[in-house]
Amino acid sequence: METLKFECETGNYHTFCPISCVSWLYQKISDSFFLVIGTKTCGYFLQNALGVMIFAEPRYAMAELEEGDISAQLHDFDELKRLCLKIQQDRNPSVIVWIGTCTTEIIKMDLEGMAPKIEEFINRPIIVARANGLDYAFTQGEDTVLAAMAHRCPKYKIQSASSIPLVLFGSLPNTVAYQLSKELEDQGIKISGWLPEARYEELPQLGPGVFVCGVNPFLSRTATTLMRRRKCQLIGAPFPIGPDGTRAWIEKICQVFQVIPKNLDQREANIWENLQDYLTLVKGKSVFFMGDNLLEISLARFLIRCGMVVYEIGIPYMDKRFQGSELNLLEKTCYEMNVPLPHIVEKPDNYNQIQRIRALKPDLVITGLAHSNPLEARGITTKWSVEFTFAQIHGFTNARDILELVTRPLRRNNHLKDLGWSKLVAK
Amino acid sequence: MKLAYWMYAGPAHIGTLRVASSFKNVHAIMHAPLGDDYFNVMRSMLERERDFTPVTASIVDRHVLARGSQEKVVENITRKDQQEKPDLILLTPTCTSSILQEDLQNFVERATRTTNSDILLADVNHYRVNEFQAADRTLEQIIIFYLEKISKSSIKKTHQPSANILGIFTLGFHHQHDCREIYRLLKDLGIQINKIVPEGCSVLDLKKIPEAWFNIVPYREIGLMAAQYLEKNYDMPYIATTPMGLVETASWIRQIYKLISENIDANQTLPFKERFEKYIDQQTRFVSQAAWFSRSIDCQNLTGKKALVFGDGTHGAAMTKILAREMGINVCCAGTYCLNDGDWFREQVQGFCDQVLITEDHTQVGNMIAEIEPAAIFGTQMERHVGKRLDIPCGVISAPIHIQNFPLSYRPFLGYEGTNQIADLVYNSFTLGMEDHLLEIFGGHDVKTVITKNLSTDENLIWNSCAQKELQKIPGFVRNRIKRNTEKYARSKKITDITVEVMYAAKEALTG
Repeated sequence: METLKFECETGNYHTFCPISCVSWLYQKISDSFFLVIGTKTCGYFLQNALGVMIFAEPRYAMAELEEGDISAQLHDFDELKRLCLKIQQDRNPSVIVWIGTCTTEIIKMDLEGMAPKIEEFINRPIIVARANGLDYAFTQGEDTVLAAMAHRCPKYKIQSASSIPLVLFGSLPNTVAYQLSKELEDQGIKISGWLPEARYEELPQLGPGVFVCGVNPFLSRTATTLMRRRKCQLIGAPFPIGPDGTRAWIEKICQVFQVIPKNLDQREANIWENLQDYLTLVKGKSVFFMGDNLLEISLARFLIRCGMVVYEIGIPYMDKRFQGSELNLLEKTCYEMNVPLPHIVEKPDNYNQIQRIRALKPDLVITGLAHSNPLEARGITTKWSVEFTFAQIHGFTNARDILELVTRPLRRNNHLKDLGWSKLVAK
Repeated sequence: MKLAYWMYAGPAHIGTLRVASSFKNVHAIMHAPLGDDYFNVMRSMLERERDFTPVTASIVDRHVLARGSQEKVVENITRKDQQEKPDLILLTPTCTSSILQEDLQNFVERATRTTNSDILLADVNHYRVNEFQAADRTLEQIIIFYLEKISKSSIKKTHQPSANILGIFTLGFHHQHDCREIYRLLKDLGIQINKIVPEGCSVLDLKKIPEAWFNIVPYREIGLMAAQYLEKNYDMPYIATTPMGLVETASWIRQIYKLISENIDANQTLPFKERFEKYIDQQTRFVSQAAWFSRSIDCQNLTGKKALVFGDGTHGAAMTKILAREMGINVCCAGTYCLNDGDWFREQVQGFCDQVLITEDHTQVGNMIAEIEPAAIFGTQMERHVGKRLDIPCGVISAPIHIQNFPLSYRPFLGYEGTNQIADLVYNSFTLGMEDHLLEIFGGHDVKTVITKNLSTDENLIWNSCAQKELQKIPGFVRNRIKRNTEKYARSKKITDITVEVMYAAKEALTG
């Protein structure tokens, strides 16, 4: 049997800066405040990428570095102390998260060193996450924040011998987190907590004897931190994206907890049954992932199960260990659906990808906003990848939402197909 | 360090990229970390651009941090030269790369040896200039680069009067529409357009810039430096008046007349002059509807209404003058975030507004709006949101802007069609006059709605039930204002129980 092939290109690709994670994390952790320590460039990105949220008095702000900060004429400790004091007075958060950026890396600002001292001064925890574009892409920003937060979780105290604690990690909207917890509860497995919870003060207990399982494929640092520093036991499972992924995720957890899953077959079959109308639309269609948010492997695996053919999976960073189970499921799915294995391209080169897209003419390109309109103008159908990050895509309940997104451009094409203006560039 | 939630002007590299991607066949390579190419998203989304934005990043990552870029930047330039065959590659530093202090000029020189494209390093300091200043400088820099390649003696002026338009850009506020309107105006006046720079212009055509008789700089934020350079070195006069509003457009046309009259035969001058004056008169009184609008009874209802204006220097100043001078509206405050141009702005709006606000801090603008409580705001997207919270209508007149400010239909702000558009914008922003009266007389059409929106934080004020009922009777769109005014009054008089009497007293105190 063929195995997956991995390539690596130049890394000249478009993605969001990892500081964008503040946009969903400040909403998830309702008593937090995120302070991004960076330049006008960072601020401009946040302001434009997050659009309307800016106007809703968000619980995040920029600590904008000026020339005096860069040349060390100003004392960064005093400056940060002053800003944090102001935030504490104005907003009274339970935790302040400092987001380190490229600039703080380059000028080697010792955020980790300063945080404990300022923390003491303002009597409020300060968490430092280095979510910068030198090291990370888009969703990996959440990974750095959760990894830093894992250190702050209280120590696990054995409560009862009968139940083994299970903590899930990954930030999901509260309703989705509830749905996933409920799926496990139906199997008789009780969740002892989530990293993160809806409030900072409710962070779960961690320690030896605690099992942890990820819900998103971009959380490899968090997983490593939980294993190495908090001595938790990681359950390596595919991710609960799509009914196939959700089922495999539950099965894996059940297996670890020595529970025989009930009604899973039926549950999954019902979901697929309800997706029939969408499945007829996608069946046999081809997809190309340009890659920018690390959800690509799981989404590709689900779409192949839906009957699509995936040509290429671009991905910013591929942790073959953390995503091991997911990669196995992808292989297995290709084999069962009798389609060729897709190419997995790490650190893709967008220019080369566009040449390949022109040659392959896929039915759907999943890509960032920088390339969507230009590709559409050339008659190539696209779906914005960012939407998958912000939509609810986890668990059985939300499988429909993924297909709603994937089929939207295809349905639009069906409406407009006879009008004769699918190619709209000169030449 | 500065605590900031929102900024009016973007970072320097955005300005440079706007210049680069406005030219035809110019490619910009940013020396930047992953994610800094957000400009491409903005151009593709806001402008709904059909072509790939000619901007790529030479990624600065951990390795570059440790060992320097070494061959990476040169390789990326060479590769882009082969892939796209651009006329010019503009190496663009970012805030990150400027603190790395790599010798980017050296990369440029090395790459130049192996490429067919010209290569330039954008000369902007990230920590000293903003988007507008950087764009202004980059445009000048590119023009100088190409003009220095030609000899001055080879320049021949065009036979007919002609002009260049400097400063039409991608992602500019209604730039495409304004450009078309200026084009039409000049055509009506019998003046040829020599070059429009940079939008759609090839850098290889820049050598023809000096063939024009004069330059037009519609927006003073970007293009002035290039115009000043051309005046100094090529003896080309320029017009930096913005033809926005009837009075300014007329003055702009007269300036054009003055410039060309210096270069045409004396016997030709008079018919030209007559033609220009006749044109201004015709357009003002009959083609544009704005002059008539200002005399119509609709506009009469706007007399003395309070407005606040905030935006870039060009639009802020022009709008203030239009409201005050052409519509009789009371501009309580006019402001700009272009700090570097503060003196010019003050001088422009002097006599047209009660006070001037020059700040980059959006909260200061918000507080000013809350304090003045104007009947309408003319500002940026930020002021529009402040207006939403305070229930005050807002017309957007300046960047920063959102996708809805890139309309598909023809919406210039400049020239005679521009005056129509502005009149509509102003008229629609103020609550429609007649409706206003009718609602006041009959108590409004939504008397049943409960008051839910509330900005007041003062919890110890108690509205008794009669006063609440009275408040319900007030039309929805002014209800919050009345509520706030009453509470303001009550607080000043140390009254904690608000009765109908207090409401009336408040009203009397405010109007009397």
